[in-house]
Amino acid sequence: MPYPEALKELIKKVEATRAVRVQRKKAGEELPFMSLEERAATLHFHPDIKDEGRREILVGPSKGYKIAHEYVDLLEAKPRVDPDKVDLTKADYETDVLVIGGGGAGTAAALLAQETGAKVIIATKLRHGDANTMMAEGGIQAASKPHKDSPYYHYLDVMGGGHFVNVPDLVEALVNEAPDVILWLERLGMNFSKYPDGRLKTMHGGGTSRKRMHFAADITGAEIMRTIRDEARNRSADIKVLEFSPAVELVLDDRGRCAGALLYNLETAEYFLVKAKAVVMATGGSGRLHVQQFMTTNHYGATFDGAVLAYRAGVPVCFLHTIQYHPTGVVFPEQAEGILITEKFRGIGANLVNIDGEQFVNEREPRDVEAAAIIKECVAKGKGVPTPTGRFGVWLDSPMIDVLLGEGTVEREFPGKFILYKRFGIDISKEPMLIYPTLHYQNGGLEYQPNGATRVPGLFVAGEVGGGVHGENRLMGNSLLDILVFGRLAGASAGRFAKEVDGPRKLSLDHVRKYVKELEAAGVGLDRIAPMLLPDYTLPDVKSRQLTAHYAGTLRS
Amino acid sequence: MSTAAMGEDRIPEVKSKLIPIYVMGKRYDVPDSLTIMKAMEYAGYKFIRGCGCRGGICGACGTVYRLQGDYHIRVGLACQTVVQPGMYLTQIPFYPANRAVFDYETTPAVPESVFKAYPELFRCVACNACTKVCPMDVPVMDYIAAIKRGDFEKATELSFDCIQCGLCATRCMGEMAQYHIAQMVRRLYGGKIAPRAGHLAEMVSNIKAGKYQPGIDELKKTDVATLKKLYMSKEAREIEPNMSEDDWTPANRAYL
Repeated sequence: MPYPEALKELIKKVEATRAVRVQRKKAGEELPFMSLEERAATLHFHPDIKDEGRREILVGPSKGYKIAHEYVDLLEAKPRVDPDKVDLTKADYETDVLVIGGGGAGTAAALLAQETGAKVIIATKLRHGDANTMMAEGGIQAASKPHKDSPYYHYLDVMGGGHFVNVPDLVEALVNEAPDVILWLERLGMNFSKYPDGRLKTMHGGGTSRKRMHFAADITGAEIMRTIRDEARNRSADIKVLEFSPAVELVLDDRGRCAGALLYNLETAEYFLVKAKAVVMATGGSGRLHVQQFMTTNHYGATFDGAVLAYRAGVPVCFLHTIQYHPTGVVFPEQAEGILITEKFRGIGANLVNIDGEQFVNEREPRDVEAAAIIKECVAKGKGVPTPTGRFGVWLDSPMIDVLLGEGTVEREFPGKFILYKRFGIDISKEPMLIYPTLHYQNGGLEYQPNGATRVPGLFVAGEVGGGVHGENRLMGNSLLDILVFGRLAGASAGRFAKEVDGPRKLSLDHVRKYVKELEAAGVGLDRIAPMLLPDYTLPDVKSRQLTAHYAGTLRS
Repeated sequence: MSTAAMGEDRIPEVKSKLIPIYVMGKRYDVPDSLTIMKAMEYAGYKFIRGCGCRGGICGACGTVYRLQGDYHIRVGLACQTVVQPGMYLTQIPFYPANRAVFDYETTPAVPESVFKAYPELFRCVACNACTKVCPMDVPVMDYIAAIKRGDFEKATELSFDCIQCGLCATRCMGEMAQYHIAQMVRRLYGGKIAPRAGHLAEMVSNIKAGKYQPGIDELKKTDVATLKKLYMSKEAREIEPNMSEDDWTPANRAYL
């Protein structure tokens, strides 16, 4: 729906200050970036700070760690399947490498594992490519321009954005491998936005010191995903894809090595056993848990499953005490609520302004700082713009992009968002967007090494399900990079591991039995089951009429 | 206000009025402000298929509908399209499609490669039903024509917003799966025809030669206090101006 009159009136205040803001931008007079002290003060308004939002986990390898209730609820939960019901003597599938998750990390892992000579199975909950990867818009970082950038500066930026607590070995791998990932994509036929001579177009993101964000219009993640998925499909002789088949438990062998997984066919409700010499966990993030009731940008399937499975098998979690709220999610129109507005709008020059049309923060602070600044503006300063449904947001002044860079730039550079808003009767090259922070990214996750290895031999981790490389806050453009760097490394490692070791011995689910005993001893989680697999959006009213429906967690069968 | 912004997909409390929609012919009364996807969830559907990113890019929720008293076939993504009174709809979450396996490394970027993989290209009768059914407004027929002419650049540009939902394939009189053909063409164009980025290959070989490793090793050994100083220093970490041209260079070139 178009902006109602009340909002159109308020837009006039944005228009009134636009010319001056554009002039300042052209003259290079930016609103100063915050000092580290100012950042810290602003972060008091970040949702992570709320102590009532979290509690200690009482069981498992990270016992005592205080993280969001929504995470703890799933870590402290019973398995979907009683281990005693599973016949581990007959595998339905046998393979060298099992990749759990069919997004960017999983697909990259499958390709690299295959290149070591391994036979690969990708087990994925929904369709191959159904993942947050597909939704990433803005770009992928890499220091690709020797005349002005190097991995050294990328490293500094990553550490600063992550509050200097990132795992250095992981950051080193991330920044050193980055240009090679871009080259790999270019060679696989991905269409990056380029100058006519082939140079890659790059721009800033929040917290970058050099313009190193590479992109493919505003559908970078989709272009990456469809390219590498297409390549996986070309290798279908070696890479088999099982769709609508989420893993619900890892299987170990009697030496404690990871030896496969138990899959659930969402459509037939059958369970299938996959026996594998190595397993890559690449299930992605967790936005669909709606931590602190926040709206989310995430895919339908982002439900924390892989973290739950690997945690039960003995892999600790880290950096989960911070969650990334993307500064700019749609808050009006309400049909589009939570949808991501790429940081590229700000990277290219659009200001954030309050109800009075005043710019209140530099638009290129790291994401946590930027999000906290917006919340502060609305909550503490009362300068938010009210929406018809009683919420608040601030303006993202997209029309100033056309003023800065020429008419037609918004439509050309942001075709996806331009069409989305056009459907609602809003022309974002003429009217600004109303935005508010939205749950976006799981900064932390399973502990892993640069080669993907975990404490469980044979189990490798890649992508958003892992934690450490981004410290306490990820910068824009480093998640597409993360999934491909560590997807490739983990896939290659898993392929080599499968070749070097002898196959799994006697399969076992004893780790699950042991975990249930821990839950019983602690007296927690016995009324919940995990992994969640799909979020539950069925209304209580509907449920009250489903007199004979059976719910296992959030799933109805 | 509440900072606990309501979860996007918890369906908002109904303030709007209820309107009838027909899901595969069966009537449900749903709030008029919802998207088709949320309206179906409101009605009690739980998605396994037909739902993906919920953000208009994954192609899982292609939906076909008609309005009462109107013969036109209309389309939309369920996650993006707002319900209308009397909408008769069905999702088409999957449609069988022919995809040719090709060896990317050895396939030359010439029109014949695509013609060989997809001879059905020439069964196009230019009816334009594909373009009309595309929920992303991609000019499908035009990119197919470009492919037939061997203009891969044009086909890449025209098909770039394709989300591979497959609705074009449902309507094709020539029985082709246009989106798979376009994918092959885009990859051949992007990897084998479009000019390569010379600076990228140079950077990769610099890294492999260990050029930047001493700098990285220094940073890895540096204590946090010093790292913070470097991070905030305008000399050590000079920030490229936002409006600079691509050929901008920093004053301090110590770690380049």
